[in-house]
Amino acid sequence: MLNLPRLERTWLWLGGITMAFFFIIVLSLAVMADIEPPSYGQTIDPTKVSQTPPFDHPGLHQTGPKAYEAYYVGQVFSWNPASITIPVGSTVTFYVTSSDVVHGFSVPEADVNAEVMPGWVSRVEHTFLKPGDYPIICNQYCGIGHSAMFAHIIVK
Amino acid sequence: MEQQRAENRLVLAYLYVALVSVFIGTFFGLLQVTSRAGFFQTPPWFDYYRMLTAHGVLLALVFTTLFISGLSTYATYRSIERPRRSLALGWTGWWMMTTGTVLAALEILAGNASVLYTFYAPLKASPWFYVGAALLIVGTWAVLLDVLLAIAYFRRTHPGERIPLPVFMVAANYLMWFLATIGVAIEVLFQLIPWSFGWVPGIDVQLSRTLFWYFGHPLVYFWLLGAYLIWYGVVPKILGVPFFSDALTRVAFILFIILSLPVGVHHQFTDPGISHIWKELQTGFTLMVVIPSLMTAFALFATFEQAAAKQGRHGFIGIVAALPWSNPTFLGSALGMILFIFGGFGGIVNASYSLDVLTHNTMWIVGHFHITVGGPVALTLIAATYTLIPALTGRRFTSEGLARAQIWLWFIGLSIMSFAMHTAGLLGAPRREAALAYGGNAIAAQWVPWTMLAAVGGIIVYASVICYLIAFVQMVFGGERGETRFEFADPDLYAEKTPAILDRLGLWTAAAVLLVIIAYAGPITEHFHYHIYLAPGMRTW
Ligand code: HEM
Ligand SMILES: [Cu+2]
Ligand SMILES: [Cu+2]
Repeated sequence: MLNLPRLERTWLWLGGITMAFFFIIVLSLAVMADIEPPSYGQTIDPTKVSQTPPFDHPGLHQTGPKAYEAYYVGQVFSWNPASITIPVGSTVTFYVTSSDVVHGFSVPEADVNAEVMPGWVSRVEHTFLKPGDYPIICNQYCGIGHSAMFAHIIVK
Repeated sequence: MEQQRAENRLVLAYLYVALVSVFIGTFFGLLQVTSRAGFFQTPPWFDYYRMLTAHGVLLALVFTTLFISGLSTYATYRSIERPRRSLALGWTGWWMMTTGTVLAALEILAGNASVLYTFYAPLKASPWFYVGAALLIVGTWAVLLDVLLAIAYFRRTHPGERIPLPVFMVAANYLMWFLATIGVAIEVLFQLIPWSFGWVPGIDVQLSRTLFWYFGHPLVYFWLLGAYLIWYGVVPKILGVPFFSDALTRVAFILFIILSLPVGVHHQFTDPGISHIWKELQTGFTLMVVIPSLMTAFALFATFEQAAAKQGRHGFIGIVAALPWSNPTFLGSALGMILFIFGGFGGIVNASYSLDVLTHNTMWIVGHFHITVGGPVALTLIAATYTLIPALTGRRFTSEGLARAQIWLWFIGLSIMSFAMHTAGLLGAPRREAALAYGGNAIAAQWVPWTMLAAVGGIIVYASVICYLIAFVQMVFGGERGETRFEFADPDLYAEKTPAILDRLGLWTAAAVLLVIIAYAGPITEHFHYHIYLAPGMRTW
């Protein structure tokens, strides 16, 4: 019915197989190395963030040896807490929400990247292996002071 | 004759609004790259985000939509001639889109809508901005209806024949687009407009994003298929050869209708509240688009080879030497194709979640869409105007040297700008930022040279825009009378054998809807399992 030139058939097979291979890599990383898009979902009343635990007390909580949970609230135009300090090798699970508009929670050198929406809590995890001053940058436009919206993670 | 002139005026009206948007929009682009590089500071009465909103809306939404509407109308009218054709639908679409554009643009320039072209809720713009957006989007439905009426007329008068290929491509693109715009129309009409007028207290933020991106990804294919109409249809005509293959072109476009839609969630990889299963499913669909893309690449190279063979030239060098590089319309298309190869590579990276986490919301993405829509699509469409506009005005364009300079400058400048943006993004530089210092942070300091290089590229692209402005003025106001042809290629030898089933547009649209249901039933049901809180929203600029 469709008369596909032989060369084109080979070309499409090669392309198709390459893509299937990429897809398999992505899926294997997901299953074996846990590099997965986030599934986490929890909703929260965006008008009552400051009264809702644990976001009524944003900050760092130790949960084990070198294991922490950090609760962040994004609001125009700052992150709360503005700075945390952790020892090298710590694993931090970040829980982030917004009390106004959409923000982006990103730590460029640490592959932490999450959209933060009012009404939702986002979760990301990272192990900080190198000392340094890591900026937390808001990477989703939130208004006129967007570029000034950043905080620090000090890894010692 | 009089009829054709009236039709040409309609097409020109679409092109003029589109091109004026390019002139204004790219000027803001110039201010953005240079102010990001620290060459000057945007004044408080015209801040960075106001420009960025104008840039994104005028270029990504207005220019592309109006240009493709005009081009598609032209392709339809020239392929299906119809005595005493009514232009009412065409003009209805134009008036809706133009009014919508003016309304939205005024609100943006007045500073009442600095919400960027993605208008993520709950950033709350003036309601008139959303009304403008709705008019722009819904106006395109008139164009679709006009195309479908032409097809119905053709089927009545030519029973048993295949729809002319250019019209088939246009119809495929607009059917895909129609399905996509339903999402954003629901978002704007039922969520944003009632909420921004204050009729309802809050908005479901996540639902609005999902609806937006259900539209946002097919949007890029709508642009691309506009350029493909020229690559598949007009380039062979310039080369003096027929379409590569009638049947395979239809198959590729059908695959684009089907595969462009069930993939929008790949823009929401880092959103909470959508399970990784749906994200992975849509990754799979996203990667499948490689098949029609490679079919396109094959068809284009085969077309080049045929053209060279006609001159008795063979082999890679022979083919390159045989191509008409001095023809601006060809030159722009061919350079656009080269840029698009890199766009394709970047797209595969973004589609893979494990890599997207590095690139999401960084300058890499800005580099990516400038080397796809800003390069291939914009360059191809602009290069087409060197023959299309004279063909419509009944003149001849003679400054081909200027046109070639414009096209090369765009190609070079855009390559530099996009390369620099990609690199800055890999180093972590975020997009959509008026300033990048972050209190003198060492990581942020690494981005400076790349931001500077992007500015160099951007200035070169802007030099190209100035060349185009001069050429445009010449085309519209000067130039000698004469005949210019902007035509589509002839059918290939086997076109008569194209299976009839490929023309069953209704069937393929239904297949697309089915895939949309498979891809979105999961995330949408999941959404409504959560207890959703509405966000009141605010104006933060
Ligand atoms: C003179 C040529 C151009 C220059 C110098 C330029 C420059 C820029 C810069 C610097 C940004 C990103 C700023 C940021 O994220 O903070 C940007 C964004 C963008 N550009 Fe361009 N651009 C040009 C042409 C184009 C063209 C031709 C198109 C499309 C047809 C286009 C589409 C976009 C879009 C969609 C955005 C995203 C806006 C957003 O993030 O909301 N640009 N441009
Ligand atoms: Cu922000
Ligand atoms: Cu996409």
